[in-house]
Amino acid sequence: MADSDPSTAFSREQRVVHCTRADYVATVRGLLADTFSMCVDLTAVDYLTYAGDRSLPADVVGERFEVVVNLLSIEKRERARVRVQVPVNDATIATLFDLYPGSEAMEREVYDMFGIVFTDHPDLTRILMPEDWDGFPLRKDYDQGSIPVQFSGDFAAKP
Amino acid sequence: MTSSKSGILATIEGGNEAEQGLKPRSELTARELMREVGAVLRMSEAEVAKLGDAPDDPADDQTMIINMGPQHPSTHGVLRLMLELQGETVLRCKPIIGYLHTGMEKTGEALTYMQGGTNVTRMDYVSPLNNELVFSMATEKLLGIENEIPERAVWMRMLLSELNRMSSHLLFLATNGMDLGAVSMMIYGWREREEVLRFFQKVTGLRMNHNFIRPGGVAADLPEGWRDDVLRLLELIPPRLEEYDTLMTGQPIWRDRLQGVGVITAQEAMALGATGPILRSTGVAWDLRREQPYLHYDEVDFDVVIGKYGDAFDRYSIRLNEVRESMRIVRQILDRMPGGDYRIQNKKVTPPPRARINESMEALIHHFKLFTEGFKVPEGEVYVAIESPRGEIGCYIASDGSATPYRMHVRAPSFANIQCLPHMMRGGLIADAVAIISSTDPVLGEVDR
Repeated sequence: MADSDPSTAFSREQRVVHCTRADYVATVRGLLADTFSMCVDLTAVDYLTYAGDRSLPADVVGERFEVVVNLLSIEKRERARVRVQVPVNDATIATLFDLYPGSEAMEREVYDMFGIVFTDHPDLTRILMPEDWDGFPLRKDYDQGSIPVQFSGDFAAKP
Repeated sequence: MTSSKSGILATIEGGNEAEQGLKPRSELTARELMREVGAVLRMSEAEVAKLGDAPDDPADDQTMIINMGPQHPSTHGVLRLMLELQGETVLRCKPIIGYLHTGMEKTGEALTYMQGGTNVTRMDYVSPLNNELVFSMATEKLLGIENEIPERAVWMRMLLSELNRMSSHLLFLATNGMDLGAVSMMIYGWREREEVLRFFQKVTGLRMNHNFIRPGGVAADLPEGWRDDVLRLLELIPPRLEEYDTLMTGQPIWRDRLQGVGVITAQEAMALGATGPILRSTGVAWDLRREQPYLHYDEVDFDVVIGKYGDAFDRYSIRLNEVRESMRIVRQILDRMPGGDYRIQNKKVTPPPRARINESMEALIHHFKLFTEGFKVPEGEVYVAIESPRGEIGCYIASDGSATPYRMHVRAPSFANIQCLPHMMRGGLIADAVAIISSTDPVLGEVDR
């Protein structure tokens, strides 16, 4: 991935790579081959109510969700951030598990918080919320505030 | 006892013994280790619960799934491990987290950048100042003022960050000792940590959860007599560390409990995203203070402590020696602490001094605006990472130009580090599980956020 690559941009001097869902795994595999041997962070943003300018390149269509992967090259002492758009009506994206096994828990967290499904993930279950929780808390249409607490251990209340 | 005809157990019963049996680690490829035949027990809690109802079959291969935690004293809070045991040997396990989840990232979206510090400081409650530091640095990068922070503020941040590393590692030494049965060590470690916290209390007003490092600088100047207090700490702690060496490092029981326990290779640690003392114990000299210097770490002299075997003993001795390295840095900070402002003189970010409020309407308005609405941060997104005592702590902020972060995510080092537990425990004894959990030094507050 050379700097002249049109998909590479810079945000506050930090290298950002935009790619589509179709070439997400291929792009990350390319970065892995380019010594980016660690996936330090994988998270997502829900851009539902974002009012500002998302500073996307001209050829990238902004969708509601964006998966953000922070990669680190120990050899080159560099970081790269991959941003992928994920539409809400088909909130699925390939897993990075086979490239970075450490992404397993992070992808589970994104699934738990945003409801984005990682295909081929070995164990896509809720990680922070209870297993029977409804809704995805970090979505922007999930209200903050007084939500009735769901006690999964309250067996008497269940039929 | 388990006997079920579904999922993983069916594989075992289906005669796939060669794959399921414990091969020496050297014979397994990394891919095998990570996928189903590897170390992670990939069963949902419902599946496991069903196994409890299955009748005992004496002819069955006797593996057992037990829960360790969440209230086990050695799990550092509320970590639960689902362990698959064969006799006393741990086959696979799965860390189950979320018991301390309080939605801090969601809360962060409702707090202004001024208030955000109070939120992030509670994530890793053992090294709160490093959390505040990374949040402040991310905010400053979005504001574009990261190069305008006054020198005194930068050196104060370094001083506090290093003292916090010391207090965090001293707490690790205490809990590591207690987990392994060196109970008196617990008292000693807490005692020394308390000395450091007493200094924090004098500087910030609180022992923990300081909210002292804020976007634009720090909240207040160092108090009268701070230099003597730090010098006292630097005199007090080295002989105590010598005592720890006598009490633990050289003791045959201590070494037997830790050496060769919880081994992880550099390749595994990097694949799993482990950072900090875990990665360094495998011989990878990766310390962000050295490799991607922030603040003024490129101007001070210190060694990055690395291990060789990637075992629990290496992780113990790395942390012990990092306390010494931190003291070395603190000494240099004492020599170089400049005078001047402790926060940026930018009216849009920094509240006016108290005295100005009485005489200037402008100052009063700024003060009022800052504490009600907060300051606006330009659109954009940044990821900033620093070296916390536990590894790389990162802060990802997406801003929409308002006074609250649109999205605030903290990359918690413990969250990634505890994913190494299954790989460290595989094939080890259940008694060593406690030593291994302890050696990763997890703080569940930041794991669950």
